[in-house]
Amino acid sequence: MFAAEAARGASLSFPILTALVLVPAIGGILTILTSNRRPESTKFVALVASTVTAGLSIWLLSSFETADAGFQFVSQHPWIRDWGIGWHVGVDGISLFLVVLTGLLFPLVIAGVDPHHDHKRYLGWMLVLEAGVMGSFISLDLFLFFLFFEIVLVPMYFLIGGWGYDKRIYAATKFFLYTMFGSAFMLVGIIATAVLAKNSLGYVTFDLVKLGEGADFATSTGRWLFMAFAIAFAVKVPLFPLHTWLPDAHTQAPTGGSVILAGVLLKLGTYGFLRFGLYLFPEASVWARPLFLTLAVVGILWGAIAATMQKDLKRLVAYSSVAHLGFIVLGTFAFTSQAITGGVMQMVNHGVSTGALFLLVGMIYERRHTREISELKGLQSVAPIFAAAFMVVMLSSIGVPGLNGFVGEFLILIGSFGNARWWVVVGATGVILAALYLLWAYQRVFHGEPDEANSSFEELRPREGMLLLAFIAAIVFTGVFPKPMLDRIEPSVKALVTHVEERTGRELEFTEKEIAPVDHSADKKSDEKSEGHGG
Amino acid sequence: MLDVVWLIPALPLAGFVILVLFGRRLGEPRAGYLAAAMCGGGFVVTALTFFDMLSKNAEERSHVVDLFTWIPVGSLEVKMAFLADPLSITMALFVTGIGTLIHLYAVGYMHGDPKFSKFFIYLNLFAFSMLMLVLGENLLVTFLGWEGVGTCSYFLISFWHTRESAATAGKKAFVTNRVGDWGVMTAMFLAFASVGTLSYKGINDAAIGGSLSQVTATAIALMLFVGACGKSAQLPLYIWLPDAMEGPTPVSALIHAATMVTAGVFLMTRMNPVIHEAYTWAPMIIAVVGAATALFAATIAVAQNDIKKVLAYSTVSQLGYMFLAVGSGAYVAAIFHMVTHAFFKALLFLGSGSVIHGMHHEQDMRRMGALRKLMPVTAVTFIIGWLAIAGVPPFAGFWSKDEILLYVYANNRALYVVGLVTALLTAFYMTRQVIMVFFGEARWNDHSEEHGAHGDFKPHESPKIMLLPLVVLAGLSIVGGALQLPFTKDLHFLEKWLEPVIEHGEASIKGSWAYDNKYVLMGVAIVVALAGIAAAVSVYAKKKVKAIEPEILANGWFYDRLVSNFMGGPGRKAFDVVAWTDANVIDGAVRGTGVAVRSASGVTRRLQSGFVRAYAAIIAVAVLVMLVWFVYRGIA
Repeated sequence: MFAAEAARGASLSFPILTALVLVPAIGGILTILTSNRRPESTKFVALVASTVTAGLSIWLLSSFETADAGFQFVSQHPWIRDWGIGWHVGVDGISLFLVVLTGLLFPLVIAGVDPHHDHKRYLGWMLVLEAGVMGSFISLDLFLFFLFFEIVLVPMYFLIGGWGYDKRIYAATKFFLYTMFGSAFMLVGIIATAVLAKNSLGYVTFDLVKLGEGADFATSTGRWLFMAFAIAFAVKVPLFPLHTWLPDAHTQAPTGGSVILAGVLLKLGTYGFLRFGLYLFPEASVWARPLFLTLAVVGILWGAIAATMQKDLKRLVAYSSVAHLGFIVLGTFAFTSQAITGGVMQMVNHGVSTGALFLLVGMIYERRHTREISELKGLQSVAPIFAAAFMVVMLSSIGVPGLNGFVGEFLILIGSFGNARWWVVVGATGVILAALYLLWAYQRVFHGEPDEANSSFEELRPREGMLLLAFIAAIVFTGVFPKPMLDRIEPSVKALVTHVEERTGRELEFTEKEIAPVDHSADKKSDEKSEGHGG
Repeated sequence: MLDVVWLIPALPLAGFVILVLFGRRLGEPRAGYLAAAMCGGGFVVTALTFFDMLSKNAEERSHVVDLFTWIPVGSLEVKMAFLADPLSITMALFVTGIGTLIHLYAVGYMHGDPKFSKFFIYLNLFAFSMLMLVLGENLLVTFLGWEGVGTCSYFLISFWHTRESAATAGKKAFVTNRVGDWGVMTAMFLAFASVGTLSYKGINDAAIGGSLSQVTATAIALMLFVGACGKSAQLPLYIWLPDAMEGPTPVSALIHAATMVTAGVFLMTRMNPVIHEAYTWAPMIIAVVGAATALFAATIAVAQNDIKKVLAYSTVSQLGYMFLAVGSGAYVAAIFHMVTHAFFKALLFLGSGSVIHGMHHEQDMRRMGALRKLMPVTAVTFIIGWLAIAGVPPFAGFWSKDEILLYVYANNRALYVVGLVTALLTAFYMTRQVIMVFFGEARWNDHSEEHGAHGDFKPHESPKIMLLPLVVLAGLSIVGGALQLPFTKDLHFLEKWLEPVIEHGEASIKGSWAYDNKYVLMGVAIVVALAGIAAAVSVYAKKKVKAIEPEILANGWFYDRLVSNFMGGPGRKAFDVVAWTDANVIDGAVRGTGVAVRSASGVTRRLQSGFVRAYAAIIAVAVLVMLVWFVYRGIA
């Protein structure tokens, strides 16, 4: 009964998405099987597996059909027929770049950051983590998604607990339990969705597309189900006030873990909202709009203010994530093409710039064995290239135009303004605070006269430089020429907005409020159109 | 020629890239010359564009060059595009022209600095950003430049970053400017939400065509003005500019006097149809803020002893003058004053840099004096700059200031009085500065003994490469007024040139008393300027009157300190409260839940004692209870 649905858009004879999950998974197992006495072979296997995955994700990107809004590279195999559960995977514009980001981030982290002990298990968990994240981003089946969503927790738990800093066990446990708490709601939500959808579909299925297109829930049922999903995603994002696991997890995680956590793991939450929340429960998500917009804006300000007062550099970056993710949630719940496209883009941007920030903080820790801002001073004098790299990444995080962070943030704000004016006006003050906490930290760490402990701070090593160069290249390219990325994201986002509009009967997409109506502007409007402004 | 307008910013950008890659290898002075050449190349292209534009009819002078689509999503389509029109080319001409001169000057000024090539990296990046700002076809490209110049300003203010004060000043400038940027961003959102485009043409056409409602136009105008207050250092956001003097002096001249700080005036002029469409109280607010800033900063400048601080407050004051013009609808006069101010203020800053250079990094005017003999070229050019800013005819500043006052009088006489008082104070404090630095007795050896640093030293004139820009700028400060002479309509070159951009020119005040009696006003302005000079001469040169320099003025009315104390005091406390709440209340609830679950399980764990007889008893009781319940239900 599943074969009926033909794969739309681009497809390859090679099951590329399945391979994206299997390659790192098998790589992980092989890594564990390598000999303890030959650590270089362990790393080699891990590198090969993650690099092949990266290559696959690039292949995926290059074969992606730009203008197609639907799922591409779809692969579908029934698994538990009676319950309508199957291996149904595919990517669209919303997940494409998250998959590519995951594919590229892992080999960079594996090549660039070494754990301080026990390479083998560390790399093994890393690859299992990659498989889990990949699976989550490509799953088009609720059950399958839940499976991957939960699998991700296990390697992350061990990475924090095994290779983290002093309070790693506390942080790892908190991370695990907090996320599990959220997921419990989602599990109930997923089962209830499948069962209750039988009323309108006539059969039980966990298939996302079938549920999204065919299922119809009573208003209050839809809202309950939406909230069940939303709690899980809100914890994962993390959305204020469910964010306090994040600073602990980030601060205690090893550098590689922090990069992955910030880079892709948090995006499971924001991605989940789009893929499952908005798509399955359009009415409920429009209903919950005020709540989530408010929490998002509070999170932007709260995270930024809390970041300003942190004494630990890594904790500061962690809190900045709360603020940045607030922007993404703001865009998500504005329901316009610009805002959501900006949000999707910002998921990737945040992964790149915050990932790079964590790398830099990790390098500082490695040299100075401290992350206390007050212990650091005057590093720009001793390590100017290191400082310059930090500066570029920081400016991207602040959202300076010409770099990637600005494009996403700007699209989110300008796209949300039509629907959520006052939230945007307040949320936009977050850009002031972002400059405050980052520049203040930069001043304390890099400016001034270096004292004795800091005067021997080592300059950027070639390997570190290559690693950061990859990030900086992405930061600049996306900031200057975001069009290729936007062109691929937008059709799917537009389809999602249209889906929500159709289901709710509300007009959410942006329209110019003042040009359209009155008589004297009638000919003006056609002028505008011909110039391509009005379209 | 109009099609290659993109070359203007591209050249400094190329310079930036080359210097990032090879700057250290090029070293001193080649890195500096390369940067200057790139900026100079920009000037040549701009000049060629200018002449090309002159040869065209007024209607054909606006030309858009699309490079590529920058941010396209749905109905939003932002192009990386340039707008070459009389306004942008005027701006580009003086940005690249003065920029090149200052690049050359900096080759001399930064001589021997270990970060010589890095300085020029920033300087070229700044030139690029500033040109993006003025040449942008839409608000977003301008905003790219707007943020770019802000970032470069941050880099350059904290260029000597090992000095704590420089690092703090840089950060302060960036963060304060961000407050303004919030305004510009909100203005963009409003424009897009109401007009559906960010291009200047689209927005201005909507304003002219009447499809932009008055409320929206007012909101856009005021939000842009918030941004202008940040970038152009107006009340209440001016506080970063005096501190920005921590940067090297060429930076103060280029960024914090001639170019970047005028960006706000430029933006308001660019969007003048929107301001015109707004409620009349909106331009009134702009005029009042401008006048207030002009007067406020001038009073502070009177009591400053740091040679650069005087000029910094003077810049704030003169920018206030420009906003007074903008608010009075005198856009041409605002641009006119912007250009002449760029000439003479850049000259004055570079002159002060030459003095500082010659005085071995002494900035306190109380330790200067009688320098005219030792630094003749610097002295003569500085004096020309002084006459220009003081408003003495026929120097450049007189004409532009006079033009502004004319419009202000026609609009609001109270503001005219404020403008006159400011002019008086300007003449006064500038004369004070010239006397303290170049005349009177030499005071520079007073302190060498107390410090014992280098014994007697003799101030020296600066090298030729620093003097050349001074001479050129002095020349421009003399003849700059010729751009727009008030005598006949034929001499209104600037107004005619800018007519396609600024629709509401002189016509708006035609028929007013001021217009018919402009020579009377001119006379008043000359008298005021001479009175200011005479007063300062009698106080500081002849010492007939004791100087009045109250503490409150030296401390800038304590405004800056008030803001700092608030930020460091209640502001910081509030932030601490948030951080504390986050760690103890929000996370406390999370940890509390954990503790509660654990202790609850501690209690329930006791039930699992392992004694079979206890389990048997529990089972027996449970069975009994169930039995009773079923029986009861069955009966009911």
